[in-house]
Amino acid sequence: MQISHKIVLTGAAMGASAVAMPATGLTLDVTLALPRLSVAEYHRPYVAIWLEKEGAPARTLSVLYDVDKRNNGGVKWLRDIRMWWRASGRSLALPADGISGATRAPGTHKLSFTAGKGGMPVLTPGKYTLVVEAARESGGREVVRVPLNVTAAGARGSAGGQFELGAVSAVLSR
Amino acid sequence: MMTFRKTLLLLAATAAMALPQMAGAARPWMLPSETMFAGSGNEWLTVDAAISSDLYYFDHPGQDWQPVVTAPDGSTAQVENRAIGKLRQTFDLGIRTKGTYKIAIVNEMLMGNYMLNGERKMLPRGTTAATLATAVPQGATDVQTATARTRIETFVTAGEPDRKVFTTTGKGLEMVPVTHPNDLAVGEAATFQFLLNGKPAAGLDVVAIPGGIRYRSDLKQMDAKTDAEGKVSFTWPEAGMYWVSLSSGGRRGPGGEGSGGAPGAAGPQGQPQGVGGPRPPMGPPQDRATYAMTVEVQG
Repeated sequence: MQISHKIVLTGAAMGASAVAMPATGLTLDVTLALPRLSVAEYHRPYVAIWLEKEGAPARTLSVLYDVDKRNNGGVKWLRDIRMWWRASGRSLALPADGISGATRAPGTHKLSFTAGKGGMPVLTPGKYTLVVEAARESGGREVVRVPLNVTAAGARGSAGGQFELGAVSAVLSR
Repeated sequence: MMTFRKTLLLLAATAAMALPQMAGAARPWMLPSETMFAGSGNEWLTVDAAISSDLYYFDHPGQDWQPVVTAPDGSTAQVENRAIGKLRQTFDLGIRTKGTYKIAIVNEMLMGNYMLNGERKMLPRGTTAATLATAVPQGATDVQTATARTRIETFVTAGEPDRKVFTTTGKGLEMVPVTHPNDLAVGEAATFQFLLNGKPAAGLDVVAIPGGIRYRSDLKQMDAKTDAEGKVSFTWPEAGMYWVSLSSGGRRGPGGEGSGGAPGAAGPQGQPQGVGGPRPPMGPPQDRATYAMTVEVQG
């Protein structure tokens, strides 16, 4: 999968630019806000963060869930992050180093992904979408999509949710 | 006069009762409790099966259909806790291995008639190839029969979708996925191929209707027609369960053969055209086939 992914990306990039250099050494910083909700029964949301590019398989950067449940029991409910499950989750073996993480409390969180480490691929220039999906037990589910136009210098973008996610921003830089 | 009208009403009522349960607006379906499973080996699927006007509510007497489950490796898996109620049946399936499962209900009936003592008699409902010999009395002549095949399906997947369950039998209407039925999402086009008796089912009307009909004004039915290869595409406008169905055959009289409309395409009562006018002479019965699947669109 990794090999075909790179081939597709390189092909697409060559079409766009004659000097398409992979943006190596770049770090993607994702800042996302989980809203504080006044509900009788609150459970921290399961959150998935992934990258999409047309014609290439989706790449999961991080999935936050009950990683400490006995017998890997948290995995059972990952399909409730439904769009992620269809796009990428169901093809992963979890837990996975550098991808699986614990759920987060309400507030603003910063997650950093270094190209070539964990689930973060080395990005060639092109149009990507960073997708964040949050699903809360006995609560709602929301998907926020952040368009990222990646150049050799990096990229930045932001978007916001209304229900289960607050502001989401992403900066790809050296 | 009064008596004459009463007789007419009685006749009409009898005719309505004699309609096959799947004719007209009554839609046969199965509804899975989930379509996406983690694949941990100890998960359960519950399926409801019913015939109804409203998707997916129980509003019509059901039938004693036997579900057949094909496991991801192509073997047959057993359902558990099967219960048959007045308006629906329900059963459970253990999801033990990863891959795609096919849950199918396949029904095959014989329709037809014969001559006995100068009168044409109908075959009783529910006649099958196995019971035909006993259904036709001794001395009957000119026996005419046709087959009505119904296939109702739904699909669920543990882990990643695969395609080992999509073998076909060459009987009736069947679906061959171009797009995997457990890989559908809002705004994306999905293509399915339909076969009639093993050959591309060209030029048939296919409908797709999202569930939840009872509480909305707009039926939201999408209509399409299969191409020469029997293929049809839908782009899903919203997330949810969709009922996708088509039929062939079954119309009597001129223009009847092979032009089967989609189920539910007729009027609210499912009446064929020409009610009230003189009926065309009854031709030989035509083979019929119906296919209906429930698929989930993610969004």
